[in-house]
Amino acid sequence: MNGRTTTLLLTILLSSAALALSACGSSGGGAALTVYSGQHEQTTAMLVAAFERQTAIKVDLRSGDEATLGNQIVQEGQNSPADVFYTENTPVLEALREKRLLAPVAPGTLAQVPARYSSPQGRWLGVSARVSALVYNTGKLSASQLPGSVLELADRRFAGKVGFAPSETDFQPLVTSVVKLHGTAVAERWLKGLQSNATVYPDNETVVNQVNNGESALGPINSYYWYRLRAENGSGGTHSALHYYDAGDAGDLVDISGAAVLGSSPHKSAAQEFLAFLVSRTAQELIAHSHSYEYPLRPGVSPAAGLAPLAALKPAALSPTELGDGSAALALEQKLGLL
Amino acid sequence: MSAYAPTRPLGERWTRTWSGRRRWPLASIALAGLAAGLVLLPLVFLVVEAQQSGWSELERLLLRHKVAVLLWNSLRLAVACTLLCAALGVGAAWCVERTKLPARRLWAVALVLPLGIPDFVVGFSWVSLDPGLHGYLAAVMIMTLSLYPLVFLPARTALARVDAGVEEAARSLGMGPWRTFWRVTLRQIRPAVLGGCLLVTLGLLAEYGAFEIVQYQTFTVAIFTEFKLGFDTVAACALSLVLVAISVAVLSGELILSGRGAARVGAGAPRAAARVALGRWSAPVLLALGALCALALGVPLGSLAYWIARGNSSTLPSTSILSALGHTAAFSAAAAAIATTLAVPVASLAVRHRNRVTIVIERLAFLPMALPGLVIALGLVSFSVRYAFALYQSSLELIVAYAILFLPLAVVGVRSAMGQASPRLEEVGRSLGSSPLSVWLRVTLPLIAPGLGAAFALVFISSSTELTATLLLRPTGVDTLATQFWTYTSAFSYGAAAPYAAMMVAISAVPAFLLSRRMSTLARRGAPR
Repeated sequence: MNGRTTTLLLTILLSSAALALSACGSSGGGAALTVYSGQHEQTTAMLVAAFERQTAIKVDLRSGDEATLGNQIVQEGQNSPADVFYTENTPVLEALREKRLLAPVAPGTLAQVPARYSSPQGRWLGVSARVSALVYNTGKLSASQLPGSVLELADRRFAGKVGFAPSETDFQPLVTSVVKLHGTAVAERWLKGLQSNATVYPDNETVVNQVNNGESALGPINSYYWYRLRAENGSGGTHSALHYYDAGDAGDLVDISGAAVLGSSPHKSAAQEFLAFLVSRTAQELIAHSHSYEYPLRPGVSPAAGLAPLAALKPAALSPTELGDGSAALALEQKLGLL
Repeated sequence: MSAYAPTRPLGERWTRTWSGRRRWPLASIALAGLAAGLVLLPLVFLVVEAQQSGWSELERLLLRHKVAVLLWNSLRLAVACTLLCAALGVGAAWCVERTKLPARRLWAVALVLPLGIPDFVVGFSWVSLDPGLHGYLAAVMIMTLSLYPLVFLPARTALARVDAGVEEAARSLGMGPWRTFWRVTLRQIRPAVLGGCLLVTLGLLAEYGAFEIVQYQTFTVAIFTEFKLGFDTVAACALSLVLVAISVAVLSGELILSGRGAARVGAGAPRAAARVALGRWSAPVLLALGALCALALGVPLGSLAYWIARGNSSTLPSTSILSALGHTAAFSAAAAAIATTLAVPVASLAVRHRNRVTIVIERLAFLPMALPGLVIALGLVSFSVRYAFALYQSSLELIVAYAILFLPLAVVGVRSAMGQASPRLEEVGRSLGSSPLSVWLRVTLPLIAPGLGAAFALVFISSSTELTATLLLRPTGVDTLATQFWTYTSAFSYGAAAPYAAMMVAISAVPAFLLSRRMSTLARRGAPR
């Protein structure tokens, strides 16, 4: 290597370091509120923009996987930069509540949505909901062959036909629900049957995709996954449909997306304002008309066209808060080797 | 095989000043100490967390049938992929470096690129081609196709520096071409090849997600279950200790296998090896390399092209792809520069001043490869939140995280180059009165430059696709190509995501291309090699 190449090499190294440092300089910038969000980014970004317009409070949004963000908040402890944690599911919020990391939500805000959708201890607020359902391939099954209960997925007639994602956050509530309504013994038998009937997929996106392309015939999911698949594939590429369980069935669940103020937040009043905004009419209508296909929880705001209204769907046997942090379901799945 | 000189200077003379007092290379030791310290940060976190876990809880999590199955899955995947990567990597490197292959430079770049494709794209594209693809063989195929560049790049760099004179001497003494390859050529590039294999093995132990889509579960699944469903960092860290234990065994094994490496002997500059004319082998070799590129690069790129062609259904606010590109390039380049700089003292102490301490530091530098990125990132979160809050979620912290995560890649690149550089030339420089620094800059650095280039390229490419640590540690509001790609794919918006993945592949081509051009220039000049 001659002198010129050495110079070139050093120049490259120095300029990359300078670039990186300039990136340091451009970040940060005295935000009034930091929101960690595991909720789908498109909806959250829209909500944050509307909140900033309405209140002139600047928001820094960090999106990520909600379980990872939950672990991160635990590690950050009292030094967490996060003021608000907005999630897709409630078990992670329950886990943080058990570790005493959440501040109480203002009672006036909690009053905006039905009490059954928020934390019984008032530590997190229900913002929107998803409904559990079955997705099935319309070429492989007809509507009359579909089960009324989630328990039937373990029946021999569905051997080799089911696809599911036991490692998804959405699956624990289903197990918890079966345990609470039918007892551990039934749940264990059910899981064993499901295990021998089913193909295990890494996530619900894959379940929906694989059912849609016929690799599996049916699978338990949340309805919005199918609506998003249909939006991406168009009607020509959609070879599947949704099916709801019978009223009061263990499979008939409502999963809540929630938000909480962190106990360590130095900006509690702005954080409370953000939570109040999330359940305001403006925000709930944004959620209803977004690409995320979730149900708004504020009474009087109707969901996106094409979705059956939440109130019209028969209420599930268990309220979302009765599902807890899902640790019992997790232990059961581990015992059976599903995880 | 006494034709090789030991890579340690005779009688440690090099480390003595002319007054005869023994002097340690203090700057190297300080930098190597810094590298070891950085690697130890996440390990300390891991141990501190893990020891909070109760034994009964560990027993419940570890001593069950499923864990045995997962461990077995991890091990058999690692063994098969490592062997296949070694064969593909060395074979491809030999074809590119030692034959009259047409369009060699193009092959040299194309063969590195699969490393720059996000796992998700690889897995997803194969499953879209064949939705029924699953299980062990599918996982072996997919992982081999994306990891073989970890062997190819170091092997190719090392092959370029093999002294043709030694090979010709072997031939003149009656060894056949195959035996010469096995006993002479391969022996000289052994540290590079074994280093690459080490990266593949350790990387597979910690891998999570890439083969999830083909429904192949490995031990990391047990760890991630605790993170994602149990929100239990303690249990996850305790389980990660199992990975550390396996890695220690693997690292010890490699230490025994790698021996000391071998530098060339003899005076003057080595001659470039004559390239083998492929003759009637041209067609089969071209076909094989073409097939490898088609499978490893063509299938994922085809998937991206299909996504782009099908259009963008996203309602997400479109962030500037250029700003994401700028961040990714700057972070990756800075991380590659830091990791390469740290790898130099780690590798050169282990080669030139081999003792227990320097070996332990070098082995330690490999451990980040065997830990899930999430564990390392959370370790950094935990440390910086307590002791360096000003750095928390800054660009600098993210760059340091990349440097720690991919330090092993840099060590492999530098280590093999150090092993091939004869200490004699350094001794000559010293005997002519040059200072150690001047000898290092004028003799050692030019000798190991291609190795440094390979190290830089490997770290740069891996950093540019990193997601886990990026999501935790990036400055709020800063997007990289990987985070944007993730945002769009998790919203099913593949059409919008594809350009970001294509951009990752494109910037991976830059260091691969520069390295390749540099090596060709060296080869043409024939010196200094």
